Amino acid sequence: MEKLTSVEGRAYPFGMKNVDTDIVIPAHWLKTISRAGLGRGAFEVLRKEPGNVFDDPEYAGSPILIAGDNFGCGSSREHAAWALGDLGIRVVIAPSFSDIFSGNAFKNGILTVVLPQEAIDRLMEVAKTDPIHVDLESQTVTTEFQDRFGFDIDPFRKHCLLGGLDEIGLTLDEADVIDRYEAQVAGERPWLVPAIA
Amino acid sequence: MVKLRTLYEKIWDAHVVERRPDGTCLIYIDRHLVHEVTSPQAFEGLRLAGRKVRRPDLTLAVPDHNLPTTARRDAAGNRIPIADPESAQQLAALERNAPEFGVRLIGDADPEQGIVHVIGPEQGFTLPGTTLVCGDSHTSSHGALGALAFGIGTSEVEHVLATQTLLLKQSKTMEVVVEGELGFGVTPKDVALAICGRIGTAGGTGYVMEYRGSVFRDMSVEGRLTVANMSIEAGARSGLFAPDEKTFAYLEGRPMAPRGEAWDAAVAWWKTLHTDEGAVFDKTVVIDAADISPSVTWGTSPEDVVPVTGVVPDPESFADASKRAAAQKSLDYMGLSAGQRMEDVAVEHIFIGSCTNSRIEDLRAAAALLQGRRIADSIKHAMVVPGSGLVKRQAEAEGLDRIFTAAGFEWREPGCSACLGMNPDRVPAGERCASTSNRNFMGRQGPGSRTHLVSPIMAAAAAITGRLTDVREWMDKKEGVAA
Ligand code: SF4
Repeated sequence: MEKLTSVEGRAYPFGMKNVDTDIVIPAHWLKTISRAGLGRGAFEVLRKEPGNVFDDPEYAGSPILIAGDNFGCGSSREHAAWALGDLGIRVVIAPSFSDIFSGNAFKNGILTVVLPQEAIDRLMEVAKTDPIHVDLESQTVTTEFQDRFGFDIDPFRKHCLLGGLDEIGLTLDEADVIDRYEAQVAGERPWLVPAIA
Repeated sequence: MVKLRTLYEKIWDAHVVERRPDGTCLIYIDRHLVHEVTSPQAFEGLRLAGRKVRRPDLTLAVPDHNLPTTARRDAAGNRIPIADPESAQQLAALERNAPEFGVRLIGDADPEQGIVHVIGPEQGFTLPGTTLVCGDSHTSSHGALGALAFGIGTSEVEHVLATQTLLLKQSKTMEVVVEGELGFGVTPKDVALAICGRIGTAGGTGYVMEYRGSVFRDMSVEGRLTVANMSIEAGARSGLFAPDEKTFAYLEGRPMAPRGEAWDAAVAWWKTLHTDEGAVFDKTVVIDAADISPSVTWGTSPEDVVPVTGVVPDPESFADASKRAAAQKSLDYMGLSAGQRMEDVAVEHIFIGSCTNSRIEDLRAAAALLQGRRIADSIKHAMVVPGSGLVKRQAEAEGLDRIFTAAGFEWREPGCSACLGMNPDRVPAGERCASTSNRNFMGRQGPGSRTHLVSPIMAAAAAITGRLTDVREWMDKKEGVAA
């Protein structure tokens, strides 16, 4: 996983609410068997509309996306996070996210920042003309106009993002704890196995 | 004093491998279902890192999303090639990965093949009090049997494959109480839609639901599967039913359920799995059964629900500005206007299927209504897609397939089918489908498709008239056509 310490750059002033993962990446893109190349399908339906932010050269390659409430709702497809990552997005800022989406984003090195609607409104304004700075270490989003918004993040997620740490490797380091749990449950609930006849 | 706990808290506590100082827990996963869409990149990740599957014996794979629902083998038993190269490629990847990693695969033409959320309960792979995951959001379905079941993304699939655990934070708890008696023609699907309408698609975010009250106690296990399936449409990753005698009766003798002494020990533990009297939920939602009608959706979110006797709402009637805008957008997409009667909306397609409503009770109910009747001439396409090969066989043994085909429906092979635009079964752009699936999102059933979510009997009624229809007009009270 790629490290994420701070991200500075232009942001897509998207702002749409209740963006489900079908909108982020339509179902027909789910047929891939590899993670790379999905950016081409990101927001495919919206990109058919003239004047959409994603095809506006002003924002091309922006590492930040500003969205509305409940971003990433709907299907659990992780392709949504891959598609954003493949598009070059490292940070999504919104008033709220679906649980599944923010988990998927994190696992792919994308930071989800929750800020109140007023802050989002302000950042949407700034994003139209100027860059935005997201700093994970200090947990702040700042602009060149003295705006400064603090955000919360789970300490473990922060640690992993800052260090680019792979979650599976971290868990496998604790294989002995898992072994002990399995041994204990084999005594308490032996009927759990075999699972497959 | 022992702490009073909800059902969710009991299952959670029994699966904590390790508690971290910040409250994150390493949670053990008892059962893992794998399908062809969300697993290729997970197996790819294992392979690249040189890792193996920790517990292939707790992992079951089956293809469902991409499979065409037409015949899969020719008369000589050879595979009929899948036309879409990408679908074929995903299926091939699963068929390669499962044996390579020692995972049991139910094959595309095996009699047990079906939608992953139909076969888990059907095989007895899903058990009360277990943690069960799958890379699919409708994994919430398995909560009907009292399993803590939730959808995960591909990275988590990879994490479970490699470690049999997940890092999770405990959710808040919400009880959804429906008391009273369901009215004539009101099905579990209508209850699920009513809950989405009441709570909203984000209302359950961060919560695990528990379905409580007389309506859910009286509901069959298959009805509970329909309700639990749609928990995610109200934002909740999981929805639980406390296991009871109905659950045990449903599971006993299923191929993968415990037997003999193991069964007795399991039942003894399952009987402890209920919310303690006096345990507190973080949130309570109460719905009166009498307020639930046969329902349809009018928009592009499962929360956009009205009684079938109702009208398309006026976007201006919504209090908040973003909802007004969303409603207008939905209506433009759906080709509907405010005030239009739902019963005047003509449909061209009927889809009975999906993990929400493709089990035998669903098919029996729809067939009972269609017996001796024909679909309207204006219906371009009507199809029934059983949830699994076993459901299909059972239905055929009961003669349901003949009722459907005589009425003008196509009778298909099991799979996800027209629930999502991923296999050849799609609704053409601008056309309208009365569908028993769970999502009416824009483009869900194919680009430009318009979906109205309904129960199986409402889909059958719409097939007969060619428009959204109050099923009660087609049900005979005396004959007691199954709801
Ligand atoms: S039937 Fe539909 S909702 Fe269910 S698993 Fe298949 S695609 Fe998902």
